[in-house]
Amino acid sequence: MGPKPGRPPEAAEEIRLSASTITPAPGFAQPGKGAGLADVFRRRYLLSLLVRKEVRVRYRGSVLGWLWSYVKPGAQFLVYFLALGVFLNLNGNQPNYPIYLFSGIILINVFTEAFSNATRSLVDNGALIKKIYLPRELFPVSSTIVAFINFLPQALILLVVCAVVGWRPDGIQILGLLIAALTVLTLATGLGMLFGAANVSFRDSQNFVELIVMVVVWGSPVLYPISQVAKVLPDWAMVLYQLNPVTAAVDLFHAGFWYPTTDGRGNLPGDTMLYGLIALGVSLLLLALGQLVFHRLEGRFAQDL
Amino acid sequence: MPRTSEAVQPRVIVDGVTKRFLLRHTHSLKETFVAAVQRKPLASTFDALDGISFAIEEGQSVALLGYNGSGKSTLLKLISGVLQPDRGEVLTRGRIAGLIEVGAGFHPDLSGRENVYLNAAILGMTQKEITARFDEIVAFSEIEQFIDTEVKHYSSGMFLRLAFSVAIHTEVDILLVDEILSVGDEPFQRKCIAKIRQLHEEGKTLVVVSHDLNMVSDICERGILINRGKLIFDGPSKEAVARMREQ
Repeated sequence: MGPKPGRPPEAAEEIRLSASTITPAPGFAQPGKGAGLADVFRRRYLLSLLVRKEVRVRYRGSVLGWLWSYVKPGAQFLVYFLALGVFLNLNGNQPNYPIYLFSGIILINVFTEAFSNATRSLVDNGALIKKIYLPRELFPVSSTIVAFINFLPQALILLVVCAVVGWRPDGIQILGLLIAALTVLTLATGLGMLFGAANVSFRDSQNFVELIVMVVVWGSPVLYPISQVAKVLPDWAMVLYQLNPVTAAVDLFHAGFWYPTTDGRGNLPGDTMLYGLIALGVSLLLLALGQLVFHRLEGRFAQDL
Repeated sequence: MPRTSEAVQPRVIVDGVTKRFLLRHTHSLKETFVAAVQRKPLASTFDALDGISFAIEEGQSVALLGYNGSGKSTLLKLISGVLQPDRGEVLTRGRIAGLIEVGAGFHPDLSGRENVYLNAAILGMTQKEITARFDEIVAFSEIEQFIDTEVKHYSSGMFLRLAFSVAIHTEVDILLVDEILSVGDEPFQRKCIAKIRQLHEEGKTLVVVSHDLNMVSDICERGILINRGKLIFDGPSKEAVARMREQ
């Protein structure tokens, strides 16, 4: 198709010339080139609205409403307690096994919920991403925050139970709890961004995440005592086992919630704090990696969704 | 005529922009394998835009013209930042918001009020700005009575009115408008067009895509005609419309 006659080519040329001479001027920005997670912080009002929306609509139209946030982990706890605690007699061998079990379950739940929802968040919000530009990191981040909000009432129940049984934690153990929570949230956000970005083009990603989530629940000492693992695994494998950031976080939760209720009868692995700090470092690195990959793939989101 | 002034910087610069879409012909490992065995092409490319360049001055209103598939909506998405160019560069100056498929950010289970806040924030407004403009937004949409009702109970007309009202009240320097005339009944459409004119008079920069040629040539002083991804005319809107009709 050759150029049509008339005055357009010159007109276009003239404007382009003026454009390229002005380009370096300040005040111009490339639309759609965001600053990543920093933009999420800048748009925190929008983030708060997105989180509030998720929280408001989650149990809309259900009679029990937010009670489901208690019913689901409650039922999960009962099933595991019966199967493992009673039938396999972990309740007899491990002091305060219900607290051991529940503290692990709520931490692993917040991780798996944040991770899988963050992975699906971009596809779920596809209609919006295709039409309006906004920092897309908002979606995985808000998924993580919603999961954390869901976790708080469960943590409250655990605290009450611990207090009734006689909970005397020291400062280091409390600090460990905070590090553990921060670790799983960071890890879930980082991995969620990584797998979520991949999920836009390849929906295999969310299936893969379901697989990871299943392995994580059994690959960390949530349902069984870690002392059993130490008996079976050689030392080097035990180090690898504890280097898993989720395992390290679960250990810190056991050290913070469960151990102080056992009057020293509980059996904890050594170096929980050291492994916890390593886990936090690894999670931060994975968050940086997640952001990097997310940023690389972001330009294609609107056309691939 | 495009206003050209030395002192005023342009609001939008589109410089040598090419947008290429990859059309995958296979959608799974199995299909890819079969196609590879049969030596069929796995993918082909399609240039939605090919070397487009122009600048839009502050306060100008520009119509992007072209038939379906010409690439004008792609161009609008590049300016809004939803898509990224494969070659060339898009630069914008100031706040930008789009009336692109209004209501994309609406959630059916939230009330009209909650949706106003959510959508305005999505379009880049701060909490303060939304609160200051809330009454104006609701008044413009004419659905005061139902503002605390869940949006899923709205009629499609009410929904579009509210969504459009939010979008048009955003604090912007550049307003991107795609198919405004699909909104509401005739009196409301007239009101929308009057509002767009008012924004133009206030010095906002407008980029409009519509198939209603009379309306756009009326609102916009400049027309950019695109055909199959190539810029073929850039000048007064009346002339651009005439050129388009000749095609």
